[in-house]
Amino acid sequence: MAWNRKHLLDIESLSAEEIVTVLDTAKAFKAVGERAIKKVPALRGKTVVNLFVEPSTRTRISFELAAQRLTADIINFSAEASSLKKGETLKDTARNLEALNVDIIVMRHSASGAPHFLSRFLHASVINAGDGAHEHPTQALLDLFTIREKKGKIEGLNVTILGDILYSRVARSNIWALTKLGARVTLCGPATLVPRVFEQMGCAVTYNVDEAIAQADIINLLRIQHERQRKTMFPSLGEYTNLFGLTKARLALAKPGALIMHPGPINRGVEIDSEIADSVRSLIIEQVTNGLAVRMAVLFLVSGGQGPQGVAA
Amino acid sequence: MLILDGAAMRRALTRIAHEIAERNEDSSEVALIGVQRGGVFLARRLAEILQKIWSHPVLAGSLDVGMHRDDLGRHAAPHMQPTVIPFDVTGKTVILVDDVLFSGRTTRAAMDALNDFGRPRRIQLAVLIDRGHRELPIKADFVGKNVPTAARERIEVRFREEDGEDEVRLQKT
Repeated sequence: MAWNRKHLLDIESLSAEEIVTVLDTAKAFKAVGERAIKKVPALRGKTVVNLFVEPSTRTRISFELAAQRLTADIINFSAEASSLKKGETLKDTARNLEALNVDIIVMRHSASGAPHFLSRFLHASVINAGDGAHEHPTQALLDLFTIREKKGKIEGLNVTILGDILYSRVARSNIWALTKLGARVTLCGPATLVPRVFEQMGCAVTYNVDEAIAQADIINLLRIQHERQRKTMFPSLGEYTNLFGLTKARLALAKPGALIMHPGPINRGVEIDSEIADSVRSLIIEQVTNGLAVRMAVLFLVSGGQGPQGVAA
Repeated sequence: MLILDGAAMRRALTRIAHEIAERNEDSSEVALIGVQRGGVFLARRLAEILQKIWSHPVLAGSLDVGMHRDDLGRHAAPHMQPTVIPFDVTGKTVILVDDVLFSGRTTRAAMDALNDFGRPRRIQLAVLIDRGHRELPIKADFVGKNVPTAARERIEVRFREEDGEDEVRLQKT
C-alpha cells in the first residue's frame, strides 16, 4: 500500500496497513546497515533538522545516523543552546529553521501536541520524536518491528507492558500500534501509574504482576520516569523493585519463549534485574539496531510524494 | 494487445540465454541480478537455462533500486522488495535483468545500487521488452523483443510465479 503522509505525528491516526508499510520498508533499510557500504543516496540533497526541545541522546543519535545513512544533511538544534532559551517562541524557531529550506523537522518536545502544532503551518515534513506523555511513534514502530522479526507476527500475541504507563508516551504509542495489528495488550504496574482509564484504549489493566508476566509472549518494561512525575507516585524505588521489578524469580513464571524489551535507558536493579537485561531473552540491544532501520524508513517514506507509487521503468 | 504469450516468452528467454552464453566465454564469472520485481523472475529463469547450457550452477540475485531512484518526491515512496546478492560481485560479469526497458532510469539506479556491493568486472543488461523512449544513454545488450510504443501506453508483464501465467500486453490509454 502506498504511503501518502507528509508527517509522522502519532500512531493513533495510522491504519494497520500504514504501520505494516513502515515495518516492511524498515526491513529493507535494516539490510542496508548490514552491508559493507551502509549508505544509500535516497535523500541526497535533503536537509533534516533534529529539533530537540527536550533532551534526548539515543533518539537524537538514531535519527542523526539514519539521516546520514540516507545521504541527507542533518543539523542538531537543542534547547539548551538555542534561541528558545532567549524567549523565542516555538513557532518563530520553526519558521526560522524553515527559512533555511529544511525538508524534514524531527521534533522532541515536553508538550503533548507540539509536533501537530508545527505541522499545521510548516511546509516541511514533521516527525514526532516524542511529545510529552502523548506519543513516541518511532519507538512503537521499532518495538513492533523487533517483535515481528522475532515472533514472525504481531497478531494474537500477548504483550505485557510493565511499569510507568501514566507518564509514558512509549506506552501510548505501543498500545495503539499493537492493538491495531491484533495483539492483546496487558498493562501492569502500580495503580497510581496504571489507571483503569487505559482500558478505553482497548487493553487490559491488571495489578497482578505474576499473572501479567506468566501470560506474556513479550514483556515490555518501561523506565520509571522521575523527571515526569510531579509528585510521588510510589513510596520508593526499592519498593517498586520488590513489587513490580522483573526479577529472576518473576521471570521464572514466564513462558519459555517470552522475550524482554525495554526502550532504554534501563535502570539496572530497578525495573529489570541486571542479569536478565544481558540475557539471550533480552532484545534491548536489538531494539537499538532496529530503531535505526525504522527511522530510516520513516524519513524515506515522508520524503515520498503524494498519489500512487511510480511505475518503474 | 498481446505482445508475448507464455510460449513466446520462453523462446525469447532461451534465445537471450544463448546470446549471453555466446558473449561470455568465461561462464564461471557470470552472475545474474534481477531488478525487483519482474526482473527477479526473469533472472532466475535465465539462470536455469544457462545452467543447462554451461553444465554448472549460475549465480543469481535480486536488487531493489528504490533507494537509488531519482524520483522520490514525485511519487509515493516505493514499496521495497528484498535485495539479495549472496555472492561478491567484484570481478564478476554482472548481467542486470529487467522486464521492461523504458526511460533507462531504473537501470541507472540499478548500476548505482550495484556499486555499493562491489566493483563488477563489467555490467551487461538483459531485458524482456525494450519499449524505447530512453531518457539516459543506456542500451540493452540482450533484448527479448523490441516494442514500439507511445509514451503514454503501458506495458504489462505477467509472470506465472505471481500471476499464474506468462504474458506481455500493451495497454492503450
